Amino acid sequence: MPGTMVIRNGYVFDPLNEIDGEIKDIFIKDGKIVDDLKGSSLRDAKVIDAKGKTVMPGGVDSHSHVAGAKVNTGRMMCPEDRYKWVTKKSDLTHSGSGNTVPSVYVQGYDYAKMGYTTVFEAAIPPMEARHTHEEMRSTPILDMGGYLVLGNNWFIMRYLKAGDIEKAAAYVAWMMRTHKAYGIKCVDPAGVENWGWGKNVSSLDEPNIHFGITSREVIHGLAEVNEMLGMPMSLHLHANNLGHPGCWEITRDSLDVTRDVKVECKMDVEWQKTKIDPERKQSVYLAHAQFNSFGGTSWMDFASGAKGIVDYVNKSDHVVIDNGAVPFGPATVMTGDGPAIHNLYKLTGNKWSNKDIELECGSGILTFNYLKANPVHSVEWAIGLELLLLVNDPWKTILTTDHPNGGPFTKYPQVIAWLMSKKARDATFAECHKWAQDRSSLGGTDREMTLYEIAILTRANPARTVGIAHRKGHLGAGADGDVTIYDFDPTKFDVNDYTNIIRGFQNAAYTIKDGGIVAQNGEIMSVPHGRTFFSEAHMDDRIEKEMLKDVKEWFKYYTLGFANYPVPDKYIRNPSPVQVNKPLEAVVGR
Amino acid sequence: MTEVILRPKGSIDIMVEAEVINPDIFAGKTNSEIEQLIIWQGAKQLALCEFFDVEGSAGNTAADTKIIVKGDVPRVKHIGHGMKAGEIVIEGSSGMHVGSEMTGGSILVKGDAGSWAGMEMKGGTLHIMGNAGDHVGCAYRGSWRGMNGGKIIIDGNAKSQLGGGMSGGEIYVGGNVENFAGIRMNSGLIVVKGDAIRGVGAQMSGGTFVVSGKIRQLSPGFEYAGTENNPKAGETVVSGEFKKFAGDYAISKTPKGILFASKEANEEV
Repeated sequence: MPGTMVIRNGYVFDPLNEIDGEIKDIFIKDGKIVDDLKGSSLRDAKVIDAKGKTVMPGGVDSHSHVAGAKVNTGRMMCPEDRYKWVTKKSDLTHSGSGNTVPSVYVQGYDYAKMGYTTVFEAAIPPMEARHTHEEMRSTPILDMGGYLVLGNNWFIMRYLKAGDIEKAAAYVAWMMRTHKAYGIKCVDPAGVENWGWGKNVSSLDEPNIHFGITSREVIHGLAEVNEMLGMPMSLHLHANNLGHPGCWEITRDSLDVTRDVKVECKMDVEWQKTKIDPERKQSVYLAHAQFNSFGGTSWMDFASGAKGIVDYVNKSDHVVIDNGAVPFGPATVMTGDGPAIHNLYKLTGNKWSNKDIELECGSGILTFNYLKANPVHSVEWAIGLELLLLVNDPWKTILTTDHPNGGPFTKYPQVIAWLMSKKARDATFAECHKWAQDRSSLGGTDREMTLYEIAILTRANPARTVGIAHRKGHLGAGADGDVTIYDFDPTKFDVNDYTNIIRGFQNAAYTIKDGGIVAQNGEIMSVPHGRTFFSEAHMDDRIEKEMLKDVKEWFKYYTLGFANYPVPDKYIRNPSPVQVNKPLEAVVGR
Repeated sequence: MTEVILRPKGSIDIMVEAEVINPDIFAGKTNSEIEQLIIWQGAKQLALCEFFDVEGSAGNTAADTKIIVKGDVPRVKHIGHGMKAGEIVIEGSSGMHVGSEMTGGSILVKGDAGSWAGMEMKGGTLHIMGNAGDHVGCAYRGSWRGMNGGKIIIDGNAKSQLGGGMSGGEIYVGGNVENFAGIRMNSGLIVVKGDAIRGVGAQMSGGTFVVSGKIRQLSPGFEYAGTENNPKAGETVVSGEFKKFAGDYAISKTPKGILFASKEANEEV
């Protein structure tokens, strides 16, 4: 029976249910985890023997750049990232190419091989939402969703400046439905608008050009809107001054902006009873903290500023960070933070692309290579690991490389090895520039993460942080039947053998999605179509009508017509909307 | 050293991709195994013996193997692509990509070579006795890092973008070059005995470029830095009296590129 399966005798790591390496059977019926299988279901179920192996929920990546206009421009800019990295087609799989920015097919296969089943695209410019959905639809296997870039949106800035938080919320709700987006992304708040004039903002309280709004007001306003609607995830924040020496201070202060915002999820979903509360606790989720944790005052006295961020996160309960690790080697940096990329272009002279997205945002793309011999890159490597190892509570951290900014997602196994093995870190210290040792505190920590903690950082916490733990990131009854089996025997696990850690996480023994095997030992076994998650957010009908009047009036500044703005239903293959803030009266009023 | 002789069988219609013609691959194989090596022609995979008669025998190691191609093979691409050791002699003209990405050993082309000869080469020697096409020792499409080691000698002329993105190694051209030789080079040495049209060393940030003939149009980002007799680049001394230029200031405020142009041939520059 498809979608029905028993995984026998594995060592199960399921942090949301506080299961830490217990030997346990996992049952899946019709694609969903169940407590038990009986009778004919059990007889017909596919049985996988996981004896001596590690069993985790399917991986969840809450921050990756895998679909949309800037990702595709990254592909087009870099033929050299393609012709040496070719994947042949097979009877089952499509051909593809690319290393740092693979083609959509290869992305799906490579994530699945590593044991990931759910991936979120972390930046959709609203005008490019169609393109993003086209690529998500073409990505095999993975369940996906994306965050809408709103931190420099004209309508948002105008409403927030006027203090009209309800209209701002109505706009966000309408935009989520219009573009079939999942959450709110805020990139270089108030700064990207200035970049349209060749400038940026450098502090939280500097009013930007024309709109006169500050970064602090944008962050606080969007966080308030987020909780007013009760979105699944909190604001995903890309703080100001990214990539500048000393930027850790503004990052810390930015995190503090949402301290007083009360967290409230208003999703119309059925929450499973997990041991640990599956609902998010944070009011801000900091993106790629590594790029925002630079210390020093210039490139000469550059140092890790991770300690300042770590101290703040350790004493705060309203923050989750993902690290944006730098695993060395080629990367393509791409972000909505146009001025940050221009800065890097001036430093490196590498190939660069820049785009202004009309009333909404912007973006920059640059080819990059992180070198072990480079002092700054070596410190960045150290910062990325410090942020995960020095924050005490793993439920505040998520492992990413901000793919493909710090490096491609295919290097997650390498990052995991560094987190689990001091010996692996020492081996890299010996190879890279001594600044990594001298200008960070990474060398001072002996922490070696356990498989349980890795399961938190790569599944349970990303799922909880983005509000999808009602179905992803755990193995309790009712969850999606997404399971990864790694070929590690935890009783014989040797953290000093770090090449084995890399090998094991690179190719899962089994990746199971909705109760079907999608990958086995590095080979793709089946290619189902994934779902697209998005938030159907609602706001009072009367406010929405007033808001739409404003939007239509200002639509004359767009180069496209209002009717062509929304993403049509046909762009989504398996729509999986989440109803957000859906009171009875809102439905009746419609 | 033992010799394998490849004798071309008639003319080739669609160009073929024959990176299997490589001492690393021939070494330790019998002639019948060599005959069955796969060559791509368009979407088709064909045996090497469809295009060549194989005589002689290969050595046990690449270093002990010399491949002699008896005749013109201008429609055979990628000969010696990525070779690490041994020797290839082409007793005629070769197709595109001869010696691309080679890291060691030597290739001698007695006739002309197509474009992309020695592309992104890392070591070894490539000697072309005739003329060469475009992109000799250059970075491939999109990449900004070209040849970084080894030596290319061209007795005749080369076309455009010779040594593009070069970051090491040496290129000597006995004749003339066309446009944008040494574009974006950051290290290494290029010596052109003849003339160049324009764009010599455009966007160069390091390395040395010597033109013993005339540069028809010098790039605007170069600054005159005096004259020099018999300039030296590494171990190499080029005889003659030269005007020295530093550049390319169009791409960097502190470029380390040096361009020598014959004083006699470039009086008005």
